[in-house]
Amino acid sequence: MKLKTVVLSTAFAIVLPAHAQTEIQWWHAMGGALGEWVNDLAKEFNASQSEYKVVPTFKGSYDETLTSGIAAFRAGNAPHILQVFEVGTANMMASKGAIVPVAQVMKDAGQKFDPSIYVPAVAGYYTAPNGQMLSFPFNSSTPVFHYNKDAFKAAGLDPEKPPLTWPEVTLAAAKLKASGHKCPFTTTYVGWTQLESFSAWHNVEFATKRNGFGGLDTRLAFNTPLHVRHIENLANMAKQGLFVYKGRGNTADATFVSGECAMATATSALYGNIKRNAKFASGISTLPYYPDVPGAPQNTVIGGASLWVLSGKKPAEYKGVAAFFAYLSKPEVAAASHQRTGYLPVTLPSFQLTDKSGFYKQNAGTDVSVTQMIRKTTDKSRGIRLGNFLQIRTVVDEEMEQVWGGKKSAKEGLDDAVKRGNEYLERFEKANKS
Amino acid sequence: MVERRPALALLSHLVLILGVLIVAFPVYVTFVASTQTAQEIAQSRPLSLVPGDNMVETYSRALFGGKGEFGSTKAPVGRMLWISLVMAITIAVGKIAISLLSAFAIVYFRFPFRSLVFWMVFITLMLPVEVRIYPTYQVVSDFGLLNTYAGLTVPLIASATATFLFRQFFLGVPDELVEAARIDGAGPMRFFKDVLVPLSSTSSAALCVNQFIYGWNQYLWPLLVTTTDDMAPVVMGIKRMVAGESYTEWNVVMATAMLAMIPPALVVLLMQRWFVKGLVDAEK
Amino acid sequence: MAVEKRVRFKSWWLPWVLIAPQMAIVLAFFFWPAGQAVYQSVLQQDAFGTSTVFVGLENFERLVNDASYLESFWTTAFFSVAVAACGLSIALLLAVMADRIVRGAMVYKTLLIWPYAVAPAVAGVLWLFMFAPSVGIVSFTLQQLGLEWNHLLNEKHAMALIVMAAVWKQISYNFLFFLAGLQSIPKSLIEAAAIDGAGPWRRFWTIVFPLLSPVTFFLLVINIVYAFFETFAIVDTATQGGPGKETVILVYKVYYDGFKALDLGGSAAQSVVLMAIVIVLTVIQFRYVERKVQY
Repeated sequence: MKLKTVVLSTAFAIVLPAHAQTEIQWWHAMGGALGEWVNDLAKEFNASQSEYKVVPTFKGSYDETLTSGIAAFRAGNAPHILQVFEVGTANMMASKGAIVPVAQVMKDAGQKFDPSIYVPAVAGYYTAPNGQMLSFPFNSSTPVFHYNKDAFKAAGLDPEKPPLTWPEVTLAAAKLKASGHKCPFTTTYVGWTQLESFSAWHNVEFATKRNGFGGLDTRLAFNTPLHVRHIENLANMAKQGLFVYKGRGNTADATFVSGECAMATATSALYGNIKRNAKFASGISTLPYYPDVPGAPQNTVIGGASLWVLSGKKPAEYKGVAAFFAYLSKPEVAAASHQRTGYLPVTLPSFQLTDKSGFYKQNAGTDVSVTQMIRKTTDKSRGIRLGNFLQIRTVVDEEMEQVWGGKKSAKEGLDDAVKRGNEYLERFEKANKS
Repeated sequence: MVERRPALALLSHLVLILGVLIVAFPVYVTFVASTQTAQEIAQSRPLSLVPGDNMVETYSRALFGGKGEFGSTKAPVGRMLWISLVMAITIAVGKIAISLLSAFAIVYFRFPFRSLVFWMVFITLMLPVEVRIYPTYQVVSDFGLLNTYAGLTVPLIASATATFLFRQFFLGVPDELVEAARIDGAGPMRFFKDVLVPLSSTSSAALCVNQFIYGWNQYLWPLLVTTTDDMAPVVMGIKRMVAGESYTEWNVVMATAMLAMIPPALVVLLMQRWFVKGLVDAEK
Repeated sequence: MAVEKRVRFKSWWLPWVLIAPQMAIVLAFFFWPAGQAVYQSVLQQDAFGTSTVFVGLENFERLVNDASYLESFWTTAFFSVAVAACGLSIALLLAVMADRIVRGAMVYKTLLIWPYAVAPAVAGVLWLFMFAPSVGIVSFTLQQLGLEWNHLLNEKHAMALIVMAAVWKQISYNFLFFLAGLQSIPKSLIEAAAIDGAGPWRRFWTIVFPLLSPVTFFLLVINIVYAFFETFAIVDTATQGGPGKETVILVYKVYYDGFKALDLGGSAAQSVVLMAIVIVLTVIQFRYVERKVQY
């Protein structure tokens, strides 16, 4: 019996053609613990089937990864999958010959693909107005409101009652300052938190033409009276020492974790860092809003990155990419990723799975980011699609720094930012007329 | 020194100590950070100046990999150190060799386009690599040198600092030496080998240190040119640990940075001997 | 080149052979790619190169019309002069002192050269650690002394920060070469002068400094080139050009536009301008300053 099996299987092995594994190159910007997550995902996918092998390679920061991808593409040896940050979306789309929309990849490969299972506020950012998903939402976060419960107690504030509106934030900051706190409130990514997400949260446009989804002739619109009012509030807080500017990008993250600043609007993904390193009890709440604005709070805008598929590869390889994306969308896999990293769950089933498992109860505050996003989006809150977006963010940083430093009024700063930013949009429109 | 002036000697020491404090202070901060735990670094305000007691654990984790504090495994640094070593030595030796020859030709011969050649070499300093990175990548790719030691090193040998320095040095070499060599019947290459090269040993030593460190510290170019994780040099590895978006174990990063500084430091120590030796030879 | 050696060798083929290796590498790995990069200044391309439009001098026109670009010329000039002047003088002082003393020379030399080995990747982060407003050690100390340090919103502080970071990196480099230069000066010359009764100050200016001038010239040129071309990483880590645009130096804009914003045409145009400026500067140095150098 045994001998027969051996002979038969050997015969089969000789007769059947040797099946080489198709390699899928995946270039990403996830370092540290996130890099481990990426490697584990690839490992598990590879172990679950034998036709394809996903090979992830760390290529530095988001800029560096993009540069590597571009250099490789121009030289004719691009990877299959490239991780690109969210502000690069419009620029990626404009490189029509370089990318293949994800929806197309799935369709060509015959993969079951239902766009409706993806969380609207997450996938909407990466979807064309006609509903075609362009890139695969991989790691998305959203701004939330972190606050230091111990500092609250010391200032006479109720640690279980975080300020929900901006007027309340100002009051809380004043109390914190009165109790001796040097940095009551700070923020990261000024553009992302105080203008982009601010707009979506209040259901107003950040840019015309539905924030750019409606056409290349979109222009910036964040200098309305509401926006001016908000920035003026922040500027006044800055003058009184209630709001302390701690730098561009995410440099302010460390100031919250170290306890220096008591309240911070920062990414939801900061949660892991806080849990491990902070010496104080901390809480998470929703982004503050102005209660007198109709439609607030709506939903916030995502940050993070997505996976783009580059062109010029063989159909068999694209089949592997499709299979990998399908794997990543499985409820168990997406739920595990969400719980492990603090990034938003990519699909609705994965959110429900996490909820049912009691994860949110055990890890207080981790559901805030999700509830901010699991809503039906409106035309004004689906996301932002602007060309040269990175430069526009830098312009915002520069102008707002002038405002915090007292050199410009809020209105001047916003008007100048809009004017300068629009130049970039005009240039993008001109360059992509076809 | 020539005469003993204790006041001047004391002043010299003071100035040097101050200089060392300023210049070496950031390195000290790195060291302190590498001896603490990640929490201590995140929580301390300001960062403490006294070393912590987590040194052994942090360094062994940096060197040998293993489970990180928070469920992440770090790749061992050994392979990366080896790659960096090969890169740095190749670049240093290659550059010095090529530049000695070029500077010799430019200074001691008269040939058409001599000035142009010097300026062509010199201009390589004026276009940072980031600006020409896509076409350079393409050239390397066309030559089939991606992900190889050659691809990592050869494009970096193109620059001009060494040629310029040797040109300066050769111009300062007394003419009598050339006359003497001529009288002895030595040809240009004999002169080069027996007189110029030994004389330029201090400059070569300085350049060796400088180029070794330059090659050692390369980050962007290796990032592009390597396509598999096992060809990454050490500085790339350090960056890899700085996650950016999420959690960074700063203590391990700092420990790796300290380890990454050891080979250059050794080179500096070794070169000190050459400095002295060159000086002694010049006295003859 | 104005400087010529009186004595030379005669051979019509040997020099070509000698320069061949360097020229081969320079042509293949510098001029060919650089030519293509510079060509991009008259194009408008998307990042991946899938669509290319020839736009003539439009990228250059845009630069001329940009007020903030013209302002960054001043910022760069100030920055480069500050970095070169401070870097050279401090390093020279340290090198002279290190050359003088007998005891502990090795220790000082190692400690002063060593920081050069700190990779830029880590150096930038270290500086942030030290200077982060209110958290960093240095800013904390300054605060205790009563000086408010805020390089995030105060442009003078921001400029001071990047100058300091840039100079710090260069001190070790300059020190190394000054020391090499000092140690190749024959002791006999100095002894002779001492016997003649010249004090150390006099000896330095009449003998040491002139003999050091080839190295000084080398370092001057290299430091200026460094300040113009290699300091964008420091700006990127420390201030990102802020507050506002107060610390945007020319090369940072080149790097930002080409690398982050992926405006390759604009970045290439700026590189051309920057290269032109530095070539002019360098020619001036070779023509006028080198006359003073004694070989």
